[in-house]
Amino acid sequence: MATVSDVSVLRTADQRDAYLKGLVQIAQAAVPENLALEEVRSRAASFLNEQTFPSTRQEDWRFTDLSAMLAIDFATTGEASVTEADIAELRLPETAGAQVVVVNGRVSRELSQLGSLPEGAVVGSLGDRPELQSQLADRLAQASGNHEVFTALNTVGFTDAVVVWLPRNQVVETPIQIIYVSQAQGDSLLVQPRCLVVAESGSALTLVEDYWGNSTATHFTNAVTELWLDANAQITHSRIEREGTGTFHIGKTVVTQARDSQYIGVAAGFGAKLARHNWEIYQTGEQTTTRIYGLGAISATQHADTHSLVALSHPHGIVEQEHKAIVDGKAHSVFNGRMAVAQKAQLTNASQLNRNLLLSDQARIDTKPQLEIVADNVKCAHGATVSQLQSDEIFYLQSRGISAPQAQRLLIYAFAMEILDRIPVETLRSRLAEAITQWP
Amino acid sequence: MINDNSEIILSVRDLRATVDGTEILKGLNLEVRAGEIHAIMGLNGSGKSTFSKVLAGHPDYEVTAGEIHFKGQDVLELDPHDRATAGIFLAFQYPLEIPGVSNRDFLRVAFNAHRKARGEDEIDVFDFDDLIEEKLDVVKMDASFLDRSVNEGFSGGEKKRNEILQMALLEPALSILDETDSGLDIDALKTVAGGVNQLANADNAVVLITHYQRLLDYIVPDFVHVMADGRIITTGGKDLAKQLESRGYEWVLEEFRAGVTA
Repeated sequence: MATVSDVSVLRTADQRDAYLKGLVQIAQAAVPENLALEEVRSRAASFLNEQTFPSTRQEDWRFTDLSAMLAIDFATTGEASVTEADIAELRLPETAGAQVVVVNGRVSRELSQLGSLPEGAVVGSLGDRPELQSQLADRLAQASGNHEVFTALNTVGFTDAVVVWLPRNQVVETPIQIIYVSQAQGDSLLVQPRCLVVAESGSALTLVEDYWGNSTATHFTNAVTELWLDANAQITHSRIEREGTGTFHIGKTVVTQARDSQYIGVAAGFGAKLARHNWEIYQTGEQTTTRIYGLGAISATQHADTHSLVALSHPHGIVEQEHKAIVDGKAHSVFNGRMAVAQKAQLTNASQLNRNLLLSDQARIDTKPQLEIVADNVKCAHGATVSQLQSDEIFYLQSRGISAPQAQRLLIYAFAMEILDRIPVETLRSRLAEAITQWP
Repeated sequence: MINDNSEIILSVRDLRATVDGTEILKGLNLEVRAGEIHAIMGLNGSGKSTFSKVLAGHPDYEVTAGEIHFKGQDVLELDPHDRATAGIFLAFQYPLEIPGVSNRDFLRVAFNAHRKARGEDEIDVFDFDDLIEEKLDVVKMDASFLDRSVNEGFSGGEKKRNEILQMALLEPALSILDETDSGLDIDALKTVAGGVNQLANADNAVVLITHYQRLLDYIVPDFVHVMADGRIITTGGKDLAKQLESRGYEWVLEEFRAGVTA
C-alpha cells in the first residue's frame, strides 16, 4: 500500500515528466523551417522521451533545486527590441569587427559587426548559412555530453546557432566576442542560445562569450556551446554570465580536445537568480593541455552551481583547474569538480583547487572534488577550502590607514583577481575588476 | 636624541587591557617625546606585543582602564585606520601575506588613505611610482618587489624590510617595531636598522620592542624599559640593555619584587 509521502513523490514525478514534455513541445514549436536539422533534433527528442525534469533526488542536482521552475509556463515568443544603446557598453574595443550579437537566441544582423575577420574564417549565424549545415553533421550535437536533459532540450529547439569555424592553421588575432542578450516584452521567456566553435588543426582563436541581461523578469536561458579543438589547435575562452536577477541560467560548455591541443577557459558568473554551468572537457588524443579557471560572486538569494568534468583517456595530459566562489547574503554556491583519469591516461599531470570565501553567516557553500583515477602513473593534486575574511588580514590593512570596509573590498578584490587576471582581453578584465570593486 | 622641551608624542597612563577576559596589561605607564628612541625589553609573556597591538587598536584586545594620548589626542576611541592616519605605525612581528594584492597597489592605497585623511588629493599612479622608487633605497629593495603580492612568498627578512618600506612611505610620528629583529640574519638586521636610523628624526619617535640586545647595537635607544607582568618595571639608558644581555632578567625582577614588598 502506498503511503502519503510515496503518493506525493509520485505526483511530483508525474509533474516533472509532464513539465519536461511541455518544455520540449514549446522548444520544438520554435524551430524555424530552414534549420530543421532533422536527424540531430530527432535523436535528441527520443533521448528526452526517456528523461524527466531533474529533481534533487538525482546526484547531479542534489544541491540545486529547480522545482521553482515547475510553476512557470515558459514561452519562446516575444518580440525583442534590443537596440545599440542596450549593448554598446558590452562591446569590447579589442573585439571590434568580430562581434556577434545574439538576441533571444537569434543572431542579430543589425547589431553584429563582423568586418575584421580574415578570409576563410566563418563567424556568424547558422540560419544565414544553410550551406554549412551539411559540413556540421560531424560536429553539431556530436560531442560527448549531449546525452543530458538540458543539452538535449537545447538541441531539439535552438532557433539559430552561432558558428565559428577556423580552417587549418588559421590564427585569428582579433578576439571574437559573442554577446547573448535576453529580452522579453512579456514574462517567462525561454531562450536557447547555441554556439558551435570548430578550430581545425593548428588554428588558434580567442573567444569571449558574454551572457547579459539587466531585467528582473523571469527568463530561462538554456545555453549550449560546443568547442572542437582539432590536433594542435588552441582556444582561449572567457565565459561571462551576468544575467538579470530573475533568470534561470543553465549553461553547457563542452570542449573536445584532440591531440596536442590547448584549451584555456575562464568562466565568471555574477548574475542570475539561479545559475548552473556544466563545463565538460573530453580528451580524444594525447598530450592535451587544459586550464580552466572559474569564479562565482553571488549575494542576496542567488544560487550558482558549477559542475565540471575533465575526462582524460590518453597519456601525457596536463590539467590545471582552479575554481573560486565568493558568497554573501543568503546565497548558495555549489562546486562539483570531477576528473576522470582512465587507464590509458598515463602520465597525466592534473591539479584541482577550489577556494571559497564565505562572507555571511547565512551563506552556504557545497563543494565536492571528485577524482576518479584508474591510471596508476599519474599526478593528481586537489584541494578545497572554505574560509572567511581573516580579521588579522583586515587589521593589518587597517593599521596602514585603510578602513575596515575598504580593507574588506580589497581582500575580496584580491581573491577574485587571481581568477580574473587569467582573462586575456584587457578591457574585459579591467571592466570585471571594476565591477568587483563595487560588488555586491 | 633627548630634548626635554620637545613635543610629547605618546603618553600612556595606568593602561590595563585584557584579551578573552585575561588581563595582560596591568597598569602600564610610558611617555615618549619627539626625537626619542625607546626600547621595550622583557621575557616572553611580559605583555610587550600586547602593548604594541593595543596602541594600534587591535580589536581582540579590550582596554579596561587607563589612557593613551597621541600628540595630546585620546586615541582609545579611534578606529585602527584613524590611528594609522593620525601617525601611529605598527611594524608587525608577523606581517601578513595578502595574495592577489600587489605590493605597489597596497602601498598606494595606504598612502592615499593617509592623504585623504589630511584632506589632500589622491596621488596618481605615475607620481606614486616615482615616490616609491625613491623609498626603496631606504631598505635596499629591488623594484621587482613592488609587483609581487604583498608579502607572499617573501623571506622573513624581505617581510621585515617591507614593513620598514611602509614606514618610510607613510612617515609616521610614532613607529612601533614589534620584534622586527626576530629571526633576521645579520645582513637583514643591518639593512632594517639602517632604514630605521635613516627615518628617525627630531620630529618623530620610535618604540622598539625586542627580545634581543643585538638590535640595540645598530639602533641606539635613548631609553630602555623592562616589562614584566604587564607593566614597565624599570627604565634606564642604553647600558641597561647590555646589563640584561650579560646578567639576564632575574635580577631586575628581584629588585622589582623587593621594591614592591618594601
